[in-house]
Amino acid sequence: MANITKQDASDYAIEVDDVTMIFNMASETLTNLKEYFIKIMRHELFFKEFRALKNISFKVRRGEIVGLVGTNGSGKSTMLKIIAGVLEPSEGTCTVHGNISPLIELGAGFDMELTARENIYLNGALLGYTKEFIDDNLQGIIDFAELHDFMDMPLKNFSSGMVARIAFAIATIAEPDILIVDETLSVGDVFFQEKCERRIKHFIESGNVTVLFVSHSIKQVERICQRAVWIEKGDLRMDGPVEEVCEAYRNQFN
Amino acid sequence: MADTLTTLKATHAKSDFQKDVFILKQLVGRDFKRKYRRSVLGVVWSVLNPLLMMVVMAIVFSTIFAQGRNGSVSPELYPLYLIVGNVTFSVMSDSTSQALMSIIDNASLLKKVKVHRFVFPVQKVLFSLVNFGFSLIAVAIVMLWFRIVPTWHLIWLPVGLLFLMLFCMGIGLLLSSLTVFFRDIMHLWSVVITAWTYFTPIFWTDDFIKLMHPVLQFFMYGNPMYNYVNFMRQIFLWQTNPEPVTVIICAGWALVAFAAGYTVFHKLEHKFILYI
Repeated sequence: MANITKQDASDYAIEVDDVTMIFNMASETLTNLKEYFIKIMRHELFFKEFRALKNISFKVRRGEIVGLVGTNGSGKSTMLKIIAGVLEPSEGTCTVHGNISPLIELGAGFDMELTARENIYLNGALLGYTKEFIDDNLQGIIDFAELHDFMDMPLKNFSSGMVARIAFAIATIAEPDILIVDETLSVGDVFFQEKCERRIKHFIESGNVTVLFVSHSIKQVERICQRAVWIEKGDLRMDGPVEEVCEAYRNQFN
Repeated sequence: MADTLTTLKATHAKSDFQKDVFILKQLVGRDFKRKYRRSVLGVVWSVLNPLLMMVVMAIVFSTIFAQGRNGSVSPELYPLYLIVGNVTFSVMSDSTSQALMSIIDNASLLKKVKVHRFVFPVQKVLFSLVNFGFSLIAVAIVMLWFRIVPTWHLIWLPVGLLFLMLFCMGIGLLLSSLTVFFRDIMHLWSVVITAWTYFTPIFWTDDFIKLMHPVLQFFMYGNPMYNYVNFMRQIFLWQTNPEPVTVIICAGWALVAFAAGYTVFHKLEHKFILYI
């Protein structure tokens, strides 16, 4: 298996070390040269700092299933994007061993002018698959998405549910080292949701896949995860077994 | 499940390089499909376009220049002079204008997956190379029409293209990264390109440039595109080896532009995500 060599590298799949994320909230957005130079000349170029994450550290072992909980705007998605490598932390480091399948904003990055088939190749390339692998598994992706008759239709004619199906099918056709699931299970109809959950469970049971799971449904987190990390207003509030963390999370409202 | 069967095979690219190459191929393919989808003549346009441009320019400028030209380019060679100049310049103008928006246009992708950001501007330059390939058919048609037999000097073509590509990539990287922060550049650049077209000897011939004001001459001969256009004309039209000085200047500009573009892009790319 391709993953074995990577597993020697470290026991941890994800190491988040003292990560701080600072966003500059410009009072006005400056995307205009003239304004920019005027502001510089007048020394008026001030930014309001916003710390989305403050000195967060945690490690995730290989094969561990970790849930991220927290209220809206507390920094969960920022944390996921840093782990996915899309955002770079302002301070601290985030090390990830192995390849990631990000199930974040399913369907983002698809080209609506292209057909479903063409998008599968494009998206597969971006996820780091080889061409041969996609060739071999094209049928598997189509089968899972259940869109046999629509493969040569431009994506702009698809419903959002159909787009999400394809996106999920591509991202999960190969067993990733790390799977990031960001509330993606709320798309599609009930039957497809169940199908997605089955596939994620299958990954979990294989024991090779590290899963980071974000959901507003505490019940879902408790059902799927072993451990939970609670981030609140950018601070790491709690990190431990899923029952304890979820219990504490629920109690904050009482 | 299918996954268990396939884990024996390599699922993911072995190296970043392999991944980037596949992404570049897919992105060039995407642009190609988008450009020609739902057009009756399709790819033929890429051949027709430079031909029609040449015909228009040949009619206009042959009339204007008819009296003044004293033999630096004969009337039979003038159409070829035009088309070679035009398709070479188009590589630069098309690729840089496209590269300019490449980061902003792919914002949704950059926000979702980890991917080397330089692939987007670089891809636009590669796509213009594909277009250049089709333009060559138009050049061949013109040569056939005027019974000009190509010579072995064309083996210099890949060298010239390599330098031109590097030059365009440098400018593309520079523009695409700066445009993320200052959207003004997209408006500004179209003006720059228009000006650049007039300051490059595309339709001007040498005897006309020699009559110009010294400042204009300086712009004509000093501008990097002059050398690339000249390089191509030497191998297609004059059928000689490119002059060593032309080769050196082409290489020099390519390296300077690429180094500058790469440095700026590399410095700024970490902040892209916050502005797109």
